[in-house]
Amino acid sequence: MQRAPSRLFEPSQLRAALRDSFVMLSPRRMARNPVMFTCEIGAVLTTIAIVLSPGDRLYASVVSVVLWLTVLFANFAEALAEARGRAQTKSLRTARAKTRARRVRDDDAIEEVDGDALRPGDLVRVAAGETIPADGEIVRGVASIDESAITGESAPVVREAGGDRSSVTGGTRVLSDEIDVRVTAEPGGSFLDRMIALVEGAKRQKTPNELALTILLSGLTLAFLLVTVCLEPMARYFDAHLDVPTLVALLVCLIPTTIGALLAAIGIAGMDRALAAKLVAKSGRAVELAGDVDTVLLDKTGTITKGNRQATAFHPAPGVARELLLETVLAASEGDDTPEGRSIAILAGKESDAPAMSAGTVVPFSARTRLSGVDLPDGTRLRKGAIDAAERFLREAGGELPEAVRKSAHSVAERGGTPLVVVRDTRALGVVELSDVLKDGIAERFARLRRMGLRIVMVTGDNPITAAFIAKAAGVDDFIAEATPEEKLAYIEREQRDGRLVAMMGDGTNDAPALAQADLGVAMNSGTQAAKEAANMVDLESDPTKLIEVVEIGKQLLMTRGALTTFSIANDVAKYFAIVPALFVAALPELAALDVMDLGSPRSAILSALIFNALVIPALVPLALRGVQYRPVGANALLRRNLLVYGLGGVVAPFVGIKLIDLVVSLLPGF
Amino acid sequence: MTDTLLVFALLALTAALSIPVAVLLGRALDTTGDRLDAVLDRALGPRRFQDLRGYLVALFLFNATLFAVAWLVFAFQGSLPLNPDAIGGMPPDLAFHTASSFTTNTNLQHYSGEVALSYLSQILGVGWLQFTSAASGIACLAALARGLRGERHDGRLTLGDFNRDVARVVVFVLLPLSLVVALLLIVGGTPMTLEGAAVAETLEGSVQRIARGPVAAIVAIKQLGTNGGGYFGPNSTHPFENPSLFTAFVEASAILLIPMACVWLFGRMTRRPGDARVIFAAMTALFLLFSIPATQIELAPNPAVAGLDVAAGPNLEGKELRFGDAVGSFWAVATTSTSNGSVAAMHDSLQPLTGLIALGGMFLSCIYGGVGVGMINMFLYVILAVFLAGTMVGRTPEYLGRKVEAREMTLATLALLLPPLLILGGTAVFAATDLGASTTSNPGPHGFSQILYEMSSAAANNGSGFEGLGDDTVAWNLVTGLWMMLGRYLPIVLPLAIAWNLGGKRLVPETSGTLRTNTFVFGAFLVGSVLLLGALLFLPAAVLGPVAEHLRLG
Repeated sequence: MQRAPSRLFEPSQLRAALRDSFVMLSPRRMARNPVMFTCEIGAVLTTIAIVLSPGDRLYASVVSVVLWLTVLFANFAEALAEARGRAQTKSLRTARAKTRARRVRDDDAIEEVDGDALRPGDLVRVAAGETIPADGEIVRGVASIDESAITGESAPVVREAGGDRSSVTGGTRVLSDEIDVRVTAEPGGSFLDRMIALVEGAKRQKTPNELALTILLSGLTLAFLLVTVCLEPMARYFDAHLDVPTLVALLVCLIPTTIGALLAAIGIAGMDRALAAKLVAKSGRAVELAGDVDTVLLDKTGTITKGNRQATAFHPAPGVARELLLETVLAASEGDDTPEGRSIAILAGKESDAPAMSAGTVVPFSARTRLSGVDLPDGTRLRKGAIDAAERFLREAGGELPEAVRKSAHSVAERGGTPLVVVRDTRALGVVELSDVLKDGIAERFARLRRMGLRIVMVTGDNPITAAFIAKAAGVDDFIAEATPEEKLAYIEREQRDGRLVAMMGDGTNDAPALAQADLGVAMNSGTQAAKEAANMVDLESDPTKLIEVVEIGKQLLMTRGALTTFSIANDVAKYFAIVPALFVAALPELAALDVMDLGSPRSAILSALIFNALVIPALVPLALRGVQYRPVGANALLRRNLLVYGLGGVVAPFVGIKLIDLVVSLLPGF
Repeated sequence: MTDTLLVFALLALTAALSIPVAVLLGRALDTTGDRLDAVLDRALGPRRFQDLRGYLVALFLFNATLFAVAWLVFAFQGSLPLNPDAIGGMPPDLAFHTASSFTTNTNLQHYSGEVALSYLSQILGVGWLQFTSAASGIACLAALARGLRGERHDGRLTLGDFNRDVARVVVFVLLPLSLVVALLLIVGGTPMTLEGAAVAETLEGSVQRIARGPVAAIVAIKQLGTNGGGYFGPNSTHPFENPSLFTAFVEASAILLIPMACVWLFGRMTRRPGDARVIFAAMTALFLLFSIPATQIELAPNPAVAGLDVAAGPNLEGKELRFGDAVGSFWAVATTSTSNGSVAAMHDSLQPLTGLIALGGMFLSCIYGGVGVGMINMFLYVILAVFLAGTMVGRTPEYLGRKVEAREMTLATLALLLPPLLILGGTAVFAATDLGASTTSNPGPHGFSQILYEMSSAAANNGSGFEGLGDDTVAWNLVTGLWMMLGRYLPIVLPLAIAWNLGGKRLVPETSGTLRTNTFVFGAFLVGSVLLLGALLFLPAAVLGPVAEHLRLG
């Protein structure tokens, strides 16, 4: 699978992010993030304190600079995530560049209009070499289309009127032929427009979990504000005086600035990761939801098995030489161009090196006989077909189907395969077993999904016996056999009644209701407009196994959030040990004993904690953008691991970091 | 050493006893249609199926009535019957404080029991409220559990019937257990009489009036219901309230019994016994983390006598020697962890770090905690831990199969903000002004600790005190009176609203990707979250008070 280049820091992106970090200092923008807004207010207060307080201007200035840096780092993280998103949508934007369109008027006359002037319902004509001006549905013609602008895939695809491959996307180019397209999107509301807006964060809304976390973080900020504000009057009891820069420094160190600064970036990065996997989420919520999915509905064909059935074994009848069966079947399949026929020829050719029999007359498959084969020049008739058809052929020829062959055919059917009986004139030579071939590594992928806690349901048009056999081989939890769209919808509704979140992938118009009903519907880009409208994500690569990646991206997004929140809160312990003794050491000298890190001086201690607090933001930007690695090991093991790394690590790391920074800071004159 | 082993054996015994008590609580709160129900049908009318609003309204109506009656009794006890010693009425502010204190299950006393209360006040103001306030707390826990399990009647969610819950808890659990404990106390030598004070002529010929009364009955419910309000001023250090090591063990066990049983009740009613085990283990881990150092610190000699020519031994100041070396400090942890507030040693005289541990129990208020409400408080921490741990395993968080979302987090965050607001805010104002600074009996960190302790005791509905603080002032009475109410009702209303919300949500089945809340890892994370959050919010105040004092004693 082709991936967008994932270099973390492109110089051009860094420059843009740097510029944006200053623009984002506007209070209206900052107010969206209560934690960092508090930090900015603190920075303003300290800056005022430099001028107003007669005391130590140097100290106040340094604290104020570090506070502003903290805010800027936070903005930088968000701006960088947005810049990365923009880079990914760059090619999309070129595609969105103004186009001219040939609109077909009601009287069939053609008029040239601006692409922006098109409204849903308009009919446009697009010929080879032209760019499709808007999202729509082909109503006439067939064309090959270059969709590389949105999918990155250079091979052209064929789109035609009617059926499940009729939708076209604005910005893609027609390579051959001419089509009429019925416009379905409002100007500015096209698929591309929505995709660009989402990735670039212009329309970013907080997802439900992000909102809940923001509330918790705001609550913590409020609590620490209370702790800090109460400290001043408490200090008065001891005749101690705390100045504004110190109190603000304490507050900013305590409030969860790390996660507050990175929260937005984590969310945007999640969408970016989805886009890198060629998945376009219609909202950030869809990505978050993906992590919660309990049940996935997967189509059998193309997802679990390799396309069509293939020959997997030959079963000669008793007394028939294997070589004879292979020879016959090879000859009988000569003119058979169906995938099954080809697979028989390939398998038989592999096993036998018998020279091809002299070419005879090909008897193609017909609905009446339901047999296909070859009539050799000497009059020998070779046939292969389903058991009942073969039996009729034999009877008409005066032969009979041996009991052993019938048994062998039945046992193939019981295994979920399709038996083809091979006949040479009046003799049944044996059975060819056609069966579904599982995709390589599919069982391992399913095991991975199951460890993630997902239920996998296979959807197939096969009969229940065949379906059960494949389901068992692939290791899925359940299957829907002889599935109709109504049945799929009913299954989804049943799962949802039990409280499960269902994800499914689909492409056809008849999938639309199920896609809409599913909590997470992923439509293939090659699918119909109706399917794409009903889904909450579109897979540009139209890869049916993509659901697995969707779920992992969702989980990764949530985990990154949780891990960094825990890290951020755990950091506070060390900061307390640095700052609290420093605050009161003048009034209560005995508190020096709490300075377990043996920091240079009270001021150096406060400043070091503050600098650590600021530096940890850019240090964690790569983690926020890449995401915490997800391992499908079950919730308990994941929790244990993340607690160890981000909880315990979060307690220990700042002790080391603050001490190191202090060693440098205490070298400065005045600290 | 033997004393230490004995008290921890007592802890184990109480934990074992809490399991059958939980069965009793379950019978009281989770069965219908028994004979008591038939009696209550006649007395209270048919069973109601209250929604969140209805349940809370019933709670407030009931508690407001209790408060009003108590205030009237305290203020006018001088002219009411059952007053053989002719004790006068309380001033209005003290009556307000005292009524608030007993209605909220706090039992913070700004008066001295035996000389300030008539028998009617002791029975109607104190004893009656000790039953009903405890039952109110347990009823609310039952409502919480019903909310979480999504209890429905006729298809509509319900939290139960508050008045019936209270009545059933009193009849099924509190009365029988109190009877057993009171009998044990009487056997141990505690007085039980309605006669006036005993009058004795001393050897010097002067006349001594020895206060007494229905002590055993009141002490029994005082301990069982995490009330803690003493019959006598010195509480359970008084030889009539707590005559011997035997009664000390009975009472210490009674302090922990129902708070422990409430955890099992939560597990029974939510049908999650595994979760209850993990919560119980987490609480016990916290309790041991507090009580083991506390007993050891108090066994070390007082640093003030270090180097002096006296025998080195345990810190004996403020201890009752008839209970041995370990009971006083163990009791101090038990009584502050559970919001009981009765004392068997003077907390003011504890070593500073033991004082800090006692403060810690009140800051957290969830180590077993008050009857009913302790488990409700722990539920808030569980929600918080679930939210963090849930996202860390890559799912939007869920608890007991229901999604924890923005609304629940708003309520939980508000509830978690309340203790620092009351404790730190109150302490800041009182420490910085003469309201508090002039009432302390010590300068420096210890005086600060006295203020901090009083605020914490009120906010956590504990009721113990760092005696020595001159707390019977109008300011102290009004502020702590109000703090007790806020500290009582908001931490009931907010969690019940969370449970109500959760109960209405669709139940999500568990998969291997679901965060399990009945595992060791989650228990450890819960303990960590409780400690971390408590430390972060209260560390600066703790450093200024007990820690500074400890370092100063050096």
